[in-house]
Amino acid sequence: MAKTILAVDDSASIRQMVAFTLKGAGYEVIQAVDGQDALDKASYHQVNLVLTDINMPHMDGLKLLELLRELAHYKNIPILILTTESGDEIKAKGRAAGATGWLVKPFDPKRLLEVISKVID
Amino acid sequence: MSTDLEQFYEIFFEESSELLADMEACLLRLDVNSPDLEDLNAIFRAAHSIKGGAGTFGFTDMTEMTHMLETLLDRLRKGELTVRSEMVDAFLKASDVIKAQLAGHRGENEADPKVAKEVCEELKRLSDEIQDRLPNEAIADADIEMGAATVEIDISNVPEVTVNVPQSKNASLKKTYCIEFSSASMGDAAIENLFANLKRLGDLEELSSADKRDQFKLRLSTESSEEDVWETLAFVVDPANLKIELEANDVSRNAGNVQNFSSNISNAPDLCTNEDELSSEKMPPMQGYGFFPGAPAVPKELTNSDLQSNSMQQQSAHVSKNETQNKVNKPSSKVSAPISPATSETSSIRVSIEKVDQIINLVGELVITQAMLAQTTSQLDPVIFEKLLSGMSQLERNTRDLQESVMSIRMMPISFVFSRYPRVVRDLAAKLNKRVELKTVGENTELDKGLIEKIADPLTHLVRNSLDHGIEVAEKRIAAGKPAQGTITLRAFHQGGNLVIEVSDDGAGLNRGKILVKAKERGLPVNDGMSDQEVWSLIFEAGFSTAETVTDVSGRGVGMDVVKRNIQGMGGRIDIESALGVGTRISIRLPLTLAILDGLSVAVGDQMFIVPLNYIIESMQPSAADIKTISGHGRVVQVRGEYLPVIALHEVFNLHSNVTAVHEGILVILEDEGHKAALFVDDLIGQHQVVIKSLESNYRRVQGVSGATIMGDGKVALILDTAALVLASQQEMV
Amino acid sequence: MSQLQTAITTSNSNNSRAIQMPNEFLTFRLGDEEYGIEILKVQEIRGYDAITQIANAPEFIKGVVNLRGIIVPIIDMRVKFRLGNATYDQFTVVIILNVAGRVVGIVVDGVSDVISLGLEQMRPAPGLGSIIDTEYIMGLGTVDERMLILIDIERLMSSSDMGLLDHTIN
Repeated sequence: MAKTILAVDDSASIRQMVAFTLKGAGYEVIQAVDGQDALDKASYHQVNLVLTDINMPHMDGLKLLELLRELAHYKNIPILILTTESGDEIKAKGRAAGATGWLVKPFDPKRLLEVISKVID
Repeated sequence: MSTDLEQFYEIFFEESSELLADMEACLLRLDVNSPDLEDLNAIFRAAHSIKGGAGTFGFTDMTEMTHMLETLLDRLRKGELTVRSEMVDAFLKASDVIKAQLAGHRGENEADPKVAKEVCEELKRLSDEIQDRLPNEAIADADIEMGAATVEIDISNVPEVTVNVPQSKNASLKKTYCIEFSSASMGDAAIENLFANLKRLGDLEELSSADKRDQFKLRLSTESSEEDVWETLAFVVDPANLKIELEANDVSRNAGNVQNFSSNISNAPDLCTNEDELSSEKMPPMQGYGFFPGAPAVPKELTNSDLQSNSMQQQSAHVSKNETQNKVNKPSSKVSAPISPATSETSSIRVSIEKVDQIINLVGELVITQAMLAQTTSQLDPVIFEKLLSGMSQLERNTRDLQESVMSIRMMPISFVFSRYPRVVRDLAAKLNKRVELKTVGENTELDKGLIEKIADPLTHLVRNSLDHGIEVAEKRIAAGKPAQGTITLRAFHQGGNLVIEVSDDGAGLNRGKILVKAKERGLPVNDGMSDQEVWSLIFEAGFSTAETVTDVSGRGVGMDVVKRNIQGMGGRIDIESALGVGTRISIRLPLTLAILDGLSVAVGDQMFIVPLNYIIESMQPSAADIKTISGHGRVVQVRGEYLPVIALHEVFNLHSNVTAVHEGILVILEDEGHKAALFVDDLIGQHQVVIKSLESNYRRVQGVSGATIMGDGKVALILDTAALVLASQQEMV
Repeated sequence: MSQLQTAITTSNSNNSRAIQMPNEFLTFRLGDEEYGIEILKVQEIRGYDAITQIANAPEFIKGVVNLRGIIVPIIDMRVKFRLGNATYDQFTVVIILNVAGRVVGIVVDGVSDVISLGLEQMRPAPGLGSIIDTEYIMGLGTVDERMLILIDIERLMSSSDMGLLDHTIN
């Protein structure tokens, strides 16, 4: 069965490109527009990996991370943060919030697939 | 990758336009004296999102501009700098530039890079300024012994430290990076742009020879962190072909205590003199991703480069000291922390308008089928077919509800249009040196999307006109006993089946005498006995302008006639009320939707036509005595003392009519812009709400017809262009 | 080796020609002549009914019909090309075309069939003899004893002759 990835980004273009790339590589993709949406979707879908933007309205990626890590079946799944803020500060915060790893934008399909394959295949 | 990306361009363009609009709205409501942090965050987010997309799509001009925006905004939202109105102006200018760049990428007019550069520099100046202003408390901390192998990095302080670095000390904080990259597949413009960006960071020296243009070697000395340098490059250059290294002899060259201070900011280990310790694990500063050791689900077999073994590792270790403690305590407190209900704002989906229109078409079909069934079943015996008939009436209700809901998908609040005017008014008022407040009322009034798009330009013209010609300068207003600040009010509301939009001002009002004089100069047929209404409508004549000086604002009177034509093209009308010295109010009356029309069906011979209901005053069966023939000018009919031209529809359309004597048929009295005419038809059939279909999508414009619709029996009926018919009858009469 | 090379080249060039030239045609009659139009341009074939006249349109534009919610103009090719008397009954056939992004119906004398034409069955159009201007003729096709005039229907329908588009107005 194909692995399912929850892709969270408030930017429709980025989100759809991520989805496009992942689907092309044979993953199932669930898209969410912000942390809240992602949390809702995470709770009724079986997800193998979460890929989230940090800076989003309503609920940012860090908050989402923290809340996801409190859900039993999200304790140990990989959660990657995808963000243009390649600054160490944000990575550190991501780590503290429970991220598995990070990936900087600008988004590069090859790199995205590479990092994802490292954690879920 | 480029071909893959193209399919997302449109989404990005749309999204960016929306983000820009949001950004502008936030900027305009931003109170410089007490800026709302949420607004600043929202503006930052918008810039940030655009940057992310632009970077991905390789729109480097946009990346650059949004990056500058983001830098300044970031400092503002972190409170490191206070908002000044000069900044808001710069932001607005930047958003204009981005808009232009967006249009450029869309294949419209290319943005002017000169303007972009100016704005960029202004933003840079504004964000750099603070460095001078803030106290240089950080200097004391910078006094760290040189050459330490480990450096304490306090992440929570990083941003402040970075910002607090005083400009005066920058020279000594400079680091020199050796940058190598391949420019394969990069355009000259992109390279030039990149160089300009790098120069902005510091002193740039090119080491590569000029004849080898695809491989660049540069030396950059800058106070920016390696991260910044990387970011500047990574948006343009394929990270795989990019190498950034701190120059080895840099440390000795810049020997001094401050050296380690800069390492304190970021990438500390890179600067360590004890290079052996790191060199084995040294990787490009960023390969674009990394994992956090010990984090959940980290791959077990990680290569060295997967774990970010330089600064990140140390930082994260440090962070965990600070924050894991919090984390331990979290679960209990977290669960109880409810998610604020504000976060679950109404969600929406983006659907292409074609899809919506397809649904509307299908529902239109359904309505027709339902009408056909209703017609057939109405002849059945209601006793025997009771169940069928009650089912039919249920179907009718459902169909009507469905149609209403579907039509409402196309409806959008007028705020989509209104929201652009604060900016227009702000800019224009500044230019004209007038003080004006813009009020908007009824922003949530809904209107068909098609109309929303079309109303924006005419409305802009009216607003500009009010500001330019209506509102007086402050001195004049005070002299007239009015408040110095003028008010322009935009108001939208529903009235009957129409939407009314009013643009009113408390300015000078229209000057009847001046308009008449001007009209005479222009050779228009006017006389002093004309009613006010008739005088005001003169300003809609082509080439009419009453402004004493022609300004570049509302132009040379080009426009009001166009405004009127546009409004009429949308099936609407425009009226003016004005009082000298008190103000002017222009009302636009539009149908709620382009897609549905209330009409009266009339028969001529075997053909059926739809007359839009809002032009009809009454219908009547005239007596033969009321019909008069004016030699050579056709017929007129006397209705309540007025003689109205008779438009015989069968003559206009060359049809065989069952009735040729006017008094045997029916006259439908029409009115358009104060002109009346009587439409002569065979018979009235009924009143309908019809779905308007375009004739032009498969055919062409037809004189006297504004569109078509499909009737209950599945036949096509043409909708009359009433305004054109009335106009033609008036011309015949003259 | 060289023979093989030649064979490949020929078959390649055949392929590219085949792509350029449509090979399935709907054939219909107009007067004494038989015509073919590219099948891909044909949306459907229906009867002639419930037409709404359009005022002051050329005589060959019979009016518009409702085709599942779209308004479609109907052109009578018999009137357009002045072929005998155009009668309308239950046998009158309308070919609904999808050309140049528009849906248009044409009335013809009768639809025959759909045929495939190989390249060897097609000839360039000679400069004479058809009721339709050579400008709109792609070529001639031969099937057994029949000669088909292959019309570039897209070009014909977009021409100012047809008056379907607004470009006739200057």
